[in-house]
Amino acid sequence: MSAKPKLKQVFDRPKSLKDVPYHYCPGCHHGLIHRLVAEQIDAFGLQESTLAAASVGCSVLLYDYFDVDIVESPHGRAAAVATGLKRAKPDSFVFTYQGDGDLAAIGTAEIVHAANRGEKITVIFVNNAVFGMTGGQMAPTTLEGQVTTTSPYGRSAAEAGLPIRVCEMLSTLEGTAFAARVAVDNIKNLKKAKAALKRAFTYQTKGWGFSFVEFLSSCPTNWKMTPEEANARVGKEMADYFPLGVYKDVRAN
Amino acid sequence: MARRVLIKGNEAIAMGAIEAGCRFYFGYPITPQNEIPEYMSMAMPKLGGTFLQAESEVASINMLLGAAATGARVMTSSSSPGISLKQEGISYLAGSQIPGVIVNMSRSGPGLGGIHPSQGDYFQSTRGGGHGDYRTLVLAPSTAQENYDLTMLAFDLAEKYRNPVMILGDALIGQIKEPVELKSYRKKPQDKPWALTGAKGRHGQILKSLFLADGELTDHNWMLAKKYKSMEKEVRFETYRAEDAQLMLVAFGSVGRILKTSVDILREKGKAVGLLRPITVYPFPKQAVRQAAEEAKALMVMELNTGQMVEDVKLAAECACPVDFYGRPPGSIPTPDELAKEAMKVWRKRGLK
Amino acid sequence: MPQVKVISERCKGCGLCVLACPKNNLALGKEYNAQGYAYVTFNSDGKCTGCAFCAELCPDMALRPYKEERS
Repeated sequence: MSAKPKLKQVFDRPKSLKDVPYHYCPGCHHGLIHRLVAEQIDAFGLQESTLAAASVGCSVLLYDYFDVDIVESPHGRAAAVATGLKRAKPDSFVFTYQGDGDLAAIGTAEIVHAANRGEKITVIFVNNAVFGMTGGQMAPTTLEGQVTTTSPYGRSAAEAGLPIRVCEMLSTLEGTAFAARVAVDNIKNLKKAKAALKRAFTYQTKGWGFSFVEFLSSCPTNWKMTPEEANARVGKEMADYFPLGVYKDVRAN
Repeated sequence: MARRVLIKGNEAIAMGAIEAGCRFYFGYPITPQNEIPEYMSMAMPKLGGTFLQAESEVASINMLLGAAATGARVMTSSSSPGISLKQEGISYLAGSQIPGVIVNMSRSGPGLGGIHPSQGDYFQSTRGGGHGDYRTLVLAPSTAQENYDLTMLAFDLAEKYRNPVMILGDALIGQIKEPVELKSYRKKPQDKPWALTGAKGRHGQILKSLFLADGELTDHNWMLAKKYKSMEKEVRFETYRAEDAQLMLVAFGSVGRILKTSVDILREKGKAVGLLRPITVYPFPKQAVRQAAEEAKALMVMELNTGQMVEDVKLAAECACPVDFYGRPPGSIPTPDELAKEAMKVWRKRGLK
Repeated sequence: MPQVKVISERCKGCGLCVLACPKNNLALGKEYNAQGYAYVTFNSDGKCTGCAFCAELCPDMALRPYKEERS
C-alpha cells in the first residue's frame, strides 16, 4: 500500500503583511501590489529597517496592512517626507506608496525633485487613471475619452490635456537610476512586476540611487466595470497608452 | 565658556539651533530670512548634519515631518507667505504629535506685501494657522540674543510636548546685527519611544493623524486639548519699569524692544509708564495681563499690524481696565519718539496723572 | 493530488482567480460569506497542477494552493 503523498503549501501571506482583511474593493490591484512589495521586504530581510511614507488615497490605510514603521504624509508630499526619513536614517529602507492623484497631481513637484536629487528611496506608484478614494474623479492619468465624475463627457484633450506618462517623464531626470512600468493583470506581467520590484529594491539596498516602479492598476468600482472587465482594461487600453517596460536601469550591463 | 560675537539676528537663530543639537535643516529662500538657510548650508556639512534646499516651503515642511518622525531635531524657516504654505504640514505635525521647530521671520502682507518687518502673522501663529483644532507653541524674540536663546528652548519644548513650536520673529529682528553671548547646551537628549527607527524586535509603529473609528478622533482631540492646557506652564514674559505703572504698554517682538526706549523717554518726563512684553504669545501670559489690568489704570497695545494681539490682551484683561490700541501696519518702522507720543495721547485721553 | 484551499471569509468574489486558473478549477460559488460575497470554490477533478497562479493573482490572499512534495 503506497503512502499518501505529502502536500506542501506553495503560497502564503508574506511575514511583513498583517493577517487582516483588506478594505480594498473586489478586484482592486492594491491587494496584489501590497503583497508584491511585502514579498520583497521579506526577501531582502528589511522588515526591521523599513521606514515607509504612506500617502493619501485608497491606500491611506497602508499602515493597517504593513507591519513596519510608517508615517502618514499629507496628500502629495510622500516623496518629501521620504526624503526626510532617508536623510535622517540613511541605513533604513525607505519607500513611498502613492496613487496617481497623490503623485501626479498634487505631488508633482515633490516627486520630480526627489527623483532629480537622486534620493536613495523607492517609490511605488499605483496608476489607476482615476481618483479612487474620493469617488472617481478625473486624474492626471485618466485616458482621453474616459468618463469620470469630473469628466462626465469624457476627458477632452482640449480642456484637460492628455494623460501624463510619469515613468517616461521621471526617466529624463539624471537623478532617476531605475524606472519601470509594470502591471499585475496576468501571471506573465505579475512575474515581470516582481522582477522590477526586486531590481528597484536592489537599487536602494546597494545605494545606487532613486528607484521608481509604476504599477498600472485596475479600479473596478470607479471604472464602473466588473473586476474581470477592469482587469482586462489594464492589460489592453491602459498598457496601450502607458507601455510596460523598464525605462531606465543605469546599472544594467 | 561664554563667547560674545557680533552677528545678525538670523544667524543667531541658526547658531542656537545647532548648539541645541539640530542636525537637519530643510528650507527655501525668501527675504528676509535667507541668512538662516545660507548659514545652515555652510555649517551642516561640517557637522555631519544635513542641509537641503527644498523645491518649496511645502516640500521643506514635509521633509521636516519625515526626519522628525525618526526622532531627529529638525528645523525649517521661512517668512510669512512661505509660512502660509507650511500650514498644512504644521497641522499634520500637531495631529501626529511630531516635534519640529518652524521659524517665521515675518514680513509684510497680505499677499506678496513687502519685505518690511511686520507683526501681521500673530493670528496665523497663535490661532492654529492651519486647519483643525490645534495649537502651536509660539516664542516671540525681540533681540538677536533672544533669537539664540529661544531657538534652543524651542527644541526642548517641541520634544517635551511632541508638538510643533514656532519662533515668531520679523525682518527687523532677523536683519539686525548685535552682540550675542554664545552658550553651551548641555541637556541630555530625551527618550523618544514613539520615534520611527525600524521595527526591531517589535511591531511597526505608526505616526498618523487620521482617526476614523467611532469616537477615536474625539478622544484624540481632547487629549491634544489637555496637552495644550498643560503647555500653559511655559508662559514667559518680561516687564520693564512696570512696578508702579499707571499706563502699561503691551507689545511683543520688535515693538517690544522699541518701546523700552519709549518707556525711558516717558519716565524721564515723570510719567509712570511701564512695558509688559509677552515672550510666549502662545501660551499667552493671561495672568500677567490680568494682573497689570488690575494694577494699572489703562493698558495700551502697540503692534505692527491693524490689531491682532490686542484681542488677546482684551480677553485676558477681562475688562478690569480700558485697553487702548495703536497699530502701525508694516511699511515704516516706528521710532521710540513716535510711540512715546502715541502713549501720551492715551495718557491724556484716560486722564492719567 | 494538488489542491487549493479557499479562505472563504477573505474572498470577495472578484473572479480574478477564475480567470487565472489554466485548468478551470475555480468558479464563483453559490454560498455567501459574512461580508456578503459569493466566494470562490475549488473543483478538485485531478487537473490541478499546483501552479499557484490563482493564489498569485488573488488580491486578497484568500487562496492556499498545495502541491505534492516530490520524494
